[in-house]
Order: sequence, then structure tokens, then C-alpha cells
Amino acid sequence: MDRLKQRELLHLLEEDSRMSAEQIGKMIGEPTEVVEQTIAALEAEKVIVKYPALVNWERVDDHPYVNAMIDVKVTPKRDVGFDEVAERICRFPEVKAVYLMSGASYDLSIILEGKTMKEVATFVSQKLSTLDSVVSTATHFILKRYKHDGVELEDRDEDHRMVVTP
Amino acid sequence: MSTQVKVKNRLSSTVQSLKPSGIRRFFDLAASMEGVISLGVGEPDFVTPWRMREASISSLERGHTAYTSNAGMLPLRVEIQKYLEERFSVSYHPETEILVTVGASEAIDIALRAILDPGDEVLVVEPCYVSYEPVIRLAGGVPVFLKTTMENQFKLTPQELETHITERTKAIIFCYPNNPTGGTMTAEEWKTLLPIIEKHDLMVISDEIYAELTYGRMHDSIAALPGMKDRTILISGFSKAFAMTGWRLGYVCASPDLLAGMLKIHQYTMLCAPTMAQMAALEALRHGRSDMERMIESYRQRRNYVVDGFRHIGLTCHEPDGAFYAFPSVASTGLSSAEFAEKLLMEEKVAVVPGDVFGESGKGHIRCSYATSMEQLKKALERMERLMGRLS
Ligand SMILES: Cc1ncc(COP(=O)(O)O)c(C=O)c1O
Repeated sequence: MDRLKQRELLHLLEEDSRMSAEQIGKMIGEPTEVVEQTIAALEAEKVIVKYPALVNWERVDDHPYVNAMIDVKVTPKRDVGFDEVAERICRFPEVKAVYLMSGASYDLSIILEGKTMKEVATFVSQKLSTLDSVVSTATHFILKRYKHDGVELEDRDEDHRMVVTP
Repeated sequence: MSTQVKVKNRLSSTVQSLKPSGIRRFFDLAASMEGVISLGVGEPDFVTPWRMREASISSLERGHTAYTSNAGMLPLRVEIQKYLEERFSVSYHPETEILVTVGASEAIDIALRAILDPGDEVLVVEPCYVSYEPVIRLAGGVPVFLKTTMENQFKLTPQELETHITERTKAIIFCYPNNPTGGTMTAEEWKTLLPIIEKHDLMVISDEIYAELTYGRMHDSIAALPGMKDRTILISGFSKAFAMTGWRLGYVCASPDLLAGMLKIHQYTMLCAPTMAQMAALEALRHGRSDMERMIESYRQRRNYVVDGFRHIGLTCHEPDGAFYAFPSVASTGLSSAEFAEKLLMEEKVAVVPGDVFGESGKGHIRCSYATSMEQLKKALERMERLMGRLS
């Protein structure tokens, strides 16, 4: 499959990962088998990493859920720089994302997911701050998610058009 | 004797003789039902991209709420000129050859009013947008219909053109890429018509509102062909490609003498197009290209999907190269297009538009707009398949 079509396929899957190979094939004008082979190859190459569902937990009743972003200042180590401590932080299951940042007064940005505020607090005070190279942390709780992964969570665009028009 | 005007005569005979739109009748029927999946909508399903909405809001905040010049803001006309030149290789002077209008609709109206004398004949390529015939009549003209067929991918042929020309023929009007068929014309195909157009000294009104919505190749404007710019009135706008139907913004391009004529009508009837919409359009042309491309890609994918779907359920369908309509034939069911559309609506709650609403040559077809979500398209096809199962 040519590169342009491959990119189109990726866009389609990114938008709706449950779309069938047959449907994608029809939409981009390729046989189903070719789509299947391409998807398999993209998975093997780790271009496609995962097929997650984007859940708006705020809509799920009684689901305790907090999100925090933590700015972390660390002392880089000779030879391994920031990588060693970053990799260590990545291993904690409550950590959803770790980024090395430029232009900020801190080095690593961490996105954390916990069931309660207390759980997050415990993680920061007992696990994160106690790491050797961590100099300081600043925790910001996310109060409300308006847009996530390119999707606006509230106020979905409805079709306001008339049923039949010229 | 009462001095009152007789009720019957209060409307002009021309207005009285106009038929109400066939689309309207179907709209009323569909609107009265619930849970209808609509393939009857002739406008984008995208909301105008945020950047255009934002530009308009910001212009309001800055207080741009006054009239603009009659022909439209000059910076907008300059952008239109650059855009047409870059995309379609047609070049118009922004100050004397471009006029910003209230939708392509107004452009069609003033083009016809500017050139027609009572009784002048206008050739209309069918199936066609529902407004052409009434607007020609309102301008005092007489529409003469040229047929196109599915077998010929709804292209206009030289034979069909030549046979309908009389001494009264003044102009020809068409829309390619076409509403309702999705048919397009290539430069080579246009060239076969030029000798006839020139021989009979016809004016050409080319409605290119769907020009950006072509799949697989660039749109060829008839105005770009040798010798054609001078006799062509090019009409386009922002409704379709930029998903801006409600903004009511279009434009018309023509040589200075024609444009001056149209400007007269425009300035006495509209004065100028809405300022906020002009601001949004300026943004669309300057920075909206990627938004547009994203929408076009999506239309193309859906086109592929529905055309394949129609064929799969047993409806003959030519592959539309442009616009966002498919125009399958329902002749194999033995039903007329109106019967089929009505059955589909009443029994399966899918709205489509009967093809004969767009003229005689639309008979036996239905217009299905695929400017709707994949989810809706999928469901619509399933429902249509059920109906086809019962009909066979
Ligand atoms: C062929 C054609 N021309 C013109 C128009 C009207 O466009 P506008 O919204 O710019 O008035 C339409 C709308 O459906 C159309 O299909």
C-alpha cells in the first residue's frame, strides 16, 4: 500500500479503532486483505501501538478518579542523564505519561492517574519524592477535562441541519 | 364593485406559474417523522472550521459591523483572485472582475438578470440544481433543457448541445462537479463543446460551487480554456468546500463589462454581502486550506464506501467524481424515483431526494448525499438493503 493510503488508514484507525478492515478497504479503495496485511505490518513495526478506548470517566457514576500533573526537578546523572530516573518513574503503574520538558523550570512532566486524592498524595510523598535524583515536585490536580486526545468531551457537535435541503 | 385587487392577481403571473420545489415537499414529509436517517441533505455535515468562526467573532469584537464596498472587501477579492489562479489557473482582476455575493445563489440570479432580455433562451444542463429554472423564469428567460445520462457519466455532449440551439439562445448554465449527479467534465471534454459555443456566440454561466470537491483529479474550469474567459461568468462560493452554508457568501467573476452590469443589480438589491461572513471567508482563503483538505479526504472515503454499498445491494450507480452526491438508478426495482423514495422513507426511514426533482433526465434515479457520518451511512445502507430485499 502506498504511503499516502497508509497514512489515511492510520487516521481512520485513530479515529475509530473498531472499524473493520473491510470497511476501511472500501473507504480508501484497497482490497480487504491488503488492509489486513498492512495493519499487521504496522503493528509489527510498532507504528500502531495499542487500540485504546477513550473513556470519559466523569460520565461514569461513582467512579472515583483523579488526574494530576506533576512537575519534577531532578539531578541528571553522568552518562545516563535523565533517562535512568525517567525509566524508573515510568514503571509505576499509576503513572500514565512521562515527558522530558524544555523551557520549563522543571525537567520531567508526569501525568498521574489515581482513585483518590490521597492515593496521589501518597505516591508523590512516598514514592516519587524519595527517589534519589528527585530534587522537588509540584503537583497540579486536574479539575475537569474539556478536551482529551483531540476529542472534546463535552458538547459533542450535533447535526443541526434540516433533513432535506437543496 | 370593490376597489380591491383580485386576490388571484396579487402575485405576478410569473411567480404564480412557478412550481414549488419538489425538494420542499419531501422535506415536509421527512420532517414530520422521527428517527429518519437523512441522505437528503445538500450541505456539508461539518460545522464551519473553528478558525473561520473565530475570525468572524474577533472581527465583531473589533467592531467591524458596517457595510463594505459594494463589490466586497478588496482584500477578500484579492484573496479570491490568488486562490482561483493558484487552484484552477483562471485569472481575474480583483478590482474589476470579481464581485462578492450573498451566496452562489445571488450570483446565479444577478448573472441571469444582467444578461437576459425577455424571451431569451437559456440552455440548462440536466439533471440540475433546482434553482436554475425558476431563477431563469424570474429573469424573463425561457429555460431549455439539455439531457445527460448515466451511461455517459452525466457529461454534456456536443450533439445534445447543438440540437437545442435556436436564434433566441443566449446562454448556457451548468454546474460541474454536478449537483445532483456528482458528474464532472475534463478539459478534453470541454474542448469538444467549445466550437459550438463559439459558433453560436453563447454566453456561459459556470456554477463551480463544488470545484474543490473532486476525487482523484483536479477540477477543470471551462473559464481556463482558450478564448473562454471572456464569454464565461464563473460562479463559486464558500458554502460547500469550506462548510459555510449559513454564512451566505459566494462570488462571481466575469469580464469588466459583465461585472459592471451585475454590480448594478447587486448594489441596488443587496448593497453588499455580510461583513462578518466576508471576514470569515478571508480567513478561509488565507489559512483554511488544511481544514478543507481534511473534509475532502473524508468525503472521498465516504463516496467510495457508499458507491460500493449501492452496487452491493443491487442499485446501478456510476462513480461520481465530484460534489458529495451519488445518483444511483432505481429503475431495476420497477418503481419511479418518487415511489422508491417515498417507500424508503415510509418503510425504512431513510430520506433521499427523488431524481426527477432535478429535471426529466433525473427520472429513475435518487439523489443520496454522503455528507453525513459513516455511522449513518452504514445504517442507511443496511436499511436500503432490507427494502431492496423486499422489492426483488
Ligand atoms: C449547484 C449549486 N449551486 C449553488 C448552490 C447554492 O450555494 P450558496 O449556498 O453559495 O448560495 C447550491 C447549493 O446546494 C448548489 O448545489
